[in-house]
Formats: sequence, structure tokens, C-alpha cells
Amino acid sequence: MTHGANKVRTISAEGISRVEGEGSLRVRVRDGRVEDVALDIFEPPRYFEALLVGRHFSEAPDITARICGICPVAYQMSACLAMEDACGVVVDERVTDLRRLLYCGEWIQSHALHIYLLHAPDFLGCADAVELAEIDPISVKRGLELKRTGNVVMQTVGGRAVHPVNVRVGGFYRAPSLTSIQALADPLRRARDDALKTVAWVAGFEFPDVTNAYRFVALDQTDRYPIDGGMVSSDGLTLSVAQFAEVAVEEHVARSTALQSTLGGRYPYITGPLARFALQASKLPEVARDAAAAADLVAPCVNPFRSIVVRAVELVFACDEALRLVERYEPPNPPATVVAARAATGTAATEAPRGLLLHQYDIDDQGIIQRARIMPPTSQNQLTIEDDLRHVVENGLSLDDDELQRRCELAVRNHDPCISCAAHFLDLTVETL
Amino acid sequence: MSDHRISADRPTLAVWKFASCDGCQLSLLDCEDELLALAKAVHFAHFSEMSRTTLDGPFDISLVEGSITTNQDLERIKEVRANSRHLVTIGACAASGGIQALRNFTVPGTYAGVVYAHPEYLDSLDTSTPIAAHVKVDYELHGCPIDRGQLLEVILAFLAGRRPVIASHSVCQECKARGTVCLLVTRGAPCLGPVTRSGCGALCPSIDRGCFGCFGPVDDANCGALSAELKGRGASEPSVRRLFGTFNAAAPGFMEQALASSVPVASPAPRQRDREDPR
Repeated sequence: MTHGANKVRTISAEGISRVEGEGSLRVRVRDGRVEDVALDIFEPPRYFEALLVGRHFSEAPDITARICGICPVAYQMSACLAMEDACGVVVDERVTDLRRLLYCGEWIQSHALHIYLLHAPDFLGCADAVELAEIDPISVKRGLELKRTGNVVMQTVGGRAVHPVNVRVGGFYRAPSLTSIQALADPLRRARDDALKTVAWVAGFEFPDVTNAYRFVALDQTDRYPIDGGMVSSDGLTLSVAQFAEVAVEEHVARSTALQSTLGGRYPYITGPLARFALQASKLPEVARDAAAAADLVAPCVNPFRSIVVRAVELVFACDEALRLVERYEPPNPPATVVAARAATGTAATEAPRGLLLHQYDIDDQGIIQRARIMPPTSQNQLTIEDDLRHVVENGLSLDDDELQRRCELAVRNHDPCISCAAHFLDLTVETL
Repeated sequence: MSDHRISADRPTLAVWKFASCDGCQLSLLDCEDELLALAKAVHFAHFSEMSRTTLDGPFDISLVEGSITTNQDLERIKEVRANSRHLVTIGACAASGGIQALRNFTVPGTYAGVVYAHPEYLDSLDTSTPIAAHVKVDYELHGCPIDRGQLLEVILAFLAGRRPVIASHSVCQECKARGTVCLLVTRGAPCLGPVTRSGCGALCPSIDRGCFGCFGPVDDANCGALSAELKGRGASEPSVRRLFGTFNAAAPGFMEQALASSVPVASPAPRQRDREDPR
């Protein structure tokens, strides 16, 4: 399209596919310069932070799970930990282990879904995994099998894969039997082998040669790769989750009508696999570190297109960690600690597969929620995703529109955005920074 | 659309999302054993969570997830209906408005003001309503989330041109079938099993937890009687209201109990406008 002397080129993808939730992207280039990058997210708001007010604190895990069908366990865990923080309760170590096992199931399910069904088709020129299965059925079946194993872990511990029912503040309604957990060992061993094959498979994809500057933020659990709590680390700085909640500023911007997170109102940052790997790779088990080394993956990985390799390494970790937890499983007895309400503020964050998920609640002495704040991974990652898009367009001006659009969609999928999670988003339009 | 016949040559299946969590359409991807076989039996014509491919309608079967909460979606659902031979809703949001329908019971605008500093930027309706409130629905599959076995049954039934075989009894019967001791009778645990549609397999009672109504009210449920029974066994009025007022809060039957209150419900405070647009 030409307007006078100015050559304006518009790339748009209405309805970005293979992401969770609904969004579209728009990029405007004028005279070879990127003028505007817009990730439009038309996911309707559902007002969870409002509808939680007046609810009992014990309801938060089940209610917030409904924010996202892909990572309900992340919501349940952040909610439980925040309520336990408010009430000054530390749960039994066996409960913590069982929660981590459930969470590993979600990581396996979600990472396998993203790698095989949502992301890999991009690298192999397929519209979807069904098309990919026509040329490489072995890989797709491996992915579905991995995904199934993740779901089986979630069903065994949580009762069902989408919106598990067994999680409560303080622990679980019923501890799974020893035999049902032990039955997970063989599938998890096979899954770990399949995850190793996954790393080798995705490491062989062709990646654009890109280096981006990122400000990484990830949880820091002293002795283990972060999933279920801990401090928050970034650039050598370590904060408590409550301190981080103050530093991470969410804004409702006029032109963008979305809540976006920055550090101190200024600095975009990124959470998720790239951030965890950059900051915490040394805590990965040997099998995952070896797989990363074999794939020439060195922390930090600052090529977002290689996030699929990082995700595969995390898949190895999640299978290995789940197996470790299965092998040492002892049913917690009682399955839950009694949590008595007190008037307080509770804050917690856990690592959803796609990034850090923070919950903060004020509750009164009857346990009624007075205020809720939920900061999902995608709203934290969003400014960085748009930054990535700018780079893709700037470096890809010689590509034809179809290829550039494909590259842009891939750049969005690199970060596995969960738009349903980002309950805050609506019709987002962002000018380039 | 007057022609309801399914295409003879590889029928088309479309999946549409409205206000929802994606969990019900994920159930389709969770059919790990059947997904590739299903993809041979039907053409995924529009399933943006899974594929870049988008074919033009009309579609033989449209699966619709989510509730109607914006002006734009109000128009979009009509287009989906016009382009679909059979429209099947999946999940509690599509069948009853979902948990986001709690806004229906508040002063309009209250919720938006809590979450957003500038509610005036939003295109958001004051209510969250089920799909059937706006267009004709050929079948409603219930659940928060739906059961993937039931989903496959519904798809196969429509492909074969028969009624889906989905039980219409309550969770109570599922408990009896699996031999779970009644939590309500033996322990007085708050349980919505007597009034909730089956489909989950009575998961919660099997782990010592009262049913919390994910699948919504069973036909002809006597929710008032259960509500009185729960209160009679010591459950507080607000706790009973909350129990009915979750994922199917606006479903007739549950709604009356979710709203039954002798004291006013607290209103959440609006979000402070402490940070203006920095741009």
C-alpha cells in the first residue's frame, strides 16, 4: 500500500493460532522503519480479582484455576501458598513434595503440548501437528505420549487433568495411595527417555541467528530448580516475593487498555523457560544438564527461537524430578494441615510452565478475601514479546509478507503466551517503545 | 441454516472460543489416543488453539466454548451460528455464563472498576450470558471442565446423525455406582451431588470432598431443599450461597440459592487510579 511518497507496509495476523487464548498482531513499517508493533489481545476480561472479593480464602485455588485451563495447577499452587503465607502456616514436607509432583505433571503436559503441537510445526513448515504427523508420525506420537504422561500424573495426584479437584489450602483432600503413585514410575522413565529424544529432535531445527537483550526474572529455590515457591532473582538481585510484588508495577495504559508489568514502572522483563534457564541452570539435574550440553545449549540462551530447546531441557527435568518424587513418595498423613484464618496479607509466586505467576491476597479474620491481585506470566512477558517482534520485523524487512507474518507469529509463540491467563488484556495496541 | 446434513466427504469441525479459560477445548487436544484418528475422520476447519489453517464455512459441527461478555462477541456468535449446521456448546461458561457471570449479580461496572484503573476503555457487557441466550444451540455439553470421553461421544454422535448418549442423572447416582459412601449423610459434609448433573464420575466425593457443582444443575433439581438441608446441618448462609455461586452461578436452580441472602453482599473497592498513562 502506498501513500504518496511514504511506503507503508502492514503485516497483520488476525487470530494468532496455536497460542492459548485469542489475540492478533499488527506491525506497521514506514519507509523501512518499524513504526508500530501491536499485539492485539481481544480476550474478554473476566474480572477474577473482583469476583474473588467476598469469597472465602479456601475457595481461591478452585476459582483461580478457572483463569487458565492449560495451567490450572499453577493457579492452585500460587493461591494455596499465598493463603498459607497469610495465615502463617508451613505445610508438611510430604505435602510439598506431592504438590511439586502434581506441578511436574502440569509442566510435562504443558511443555509437551507447546513443543509438539504448538511450536514445532512452525519450524517444519506445517500448519499444525496433524499435518506434521503425516510427515513425521513418530515424533508427533512421542509428543502425545509425553503429554498423556503429564496428564496421568495430574489425574493420579489431582483427580483430573483440567482443573484438578484434590488441591486445598493446607494440602490435599486425600493422599493418593502408595501403589497409585508407584505406578507412575515406569511411564515417567519412558517419558524421560522421550524427553531426551525431544531435546535432540528440536536441537536439530533451523533457528534464525538472533541475540536479544533480556532482563530475566525467575524464582530461586535454594537447592532445586524453581517450580513451587522461593525468592525472586534477577540480574544478581534477590528479593522476597512480597518485595517483588512491590517492585513489579502493573499499569493500565491509555493507548493499550491492558495491565502490563514492568520493574519499577520502567523496565520490561521476562519470565519463563528462558529466564529460569538463564538464572537457575546450575540447579538442573545432571541428566538435564547433559542434554542441554549435547544440544549446545549454554545458559543464558538469548535467542528466543531456541526457547523450544530450553523447554525440551525443562521437560527432561520435569520427568526426572517427577520420578525422583515418585520414588521417595510417602502419603502425607494427614493429607492437609488445618489452616486457621487470620487478618493478614499473603503473597506467593510459583513457576507456571510459561513463567512466574504471582498471587497476593488480603483476608480478614474470618478468612474472607478483601483484595486480590494476580499477576500472570503473559502480562509480565508482554512488553518483551513486543520487543522481540520489533527485532523480527527490523531484521526481516527483506522477507515477503507471508514469511514475515509467519516469523512474527513464531516470535509470539516463542514465549508460549497464555492469553486466557492474562485476564487483564483487552484490545491491546502498543506503540513501539 | 436449513440443511442439517453432515457432509459425506470428511465433515468439517470448527472450535470457537468466547470468554473462557481454554480448558474445554484443551480437552479435545487431551484426547491423545484419538486425536490423530479424529483428524482423519473430520477436517479441523477452524481450531486456532491447534492450527493455522482456517477454512471458510459452512461448518458441519461447531464446538463453542465460553460465554458472551462483549458487544463484539454478541455479533460473532451470530456469525458462527449462521455458518454452522450443528452448534454444540462445551462447558459451563457456554451453558450458563461461567464464573464470570457473578458480575450479573453486582451493580454494573463494579467489577471493571476493581480490576482496571480506566474501565471506560473496555468493551465489556454488564453481564456474562450463555450461548443459548443469543442463538439456537443444538446440544449443550456440561462441565467445568467437560469430560473428554463425553466430548468424543458428542462429536461421534453428531457425525453419525444420532443423539449423544450422555447420562442425565445426578452425581449422587455416580457415587452409588462407584460405591462411595455418602459424605452428606454420614458426615454432614456440604455436597451438591444431589442437584448436580453427572459426568465427572463423582470425583470429589471419592476423595472425601463434597461436590461443588462443576457440571451445573441436573434437570428438575430441587436446590432449595438441598440448601435448607445444608443449613439445617450447620452450614452458614454465606457458605451455602458461595457453594452454589461458582462456575454455574447463573444457571437457573443454582442462581436462586447463590443469591438467597438475608444480608447485603459486600462490594469490592475500586482500583486506585494511582498510576496514570506514562506515555
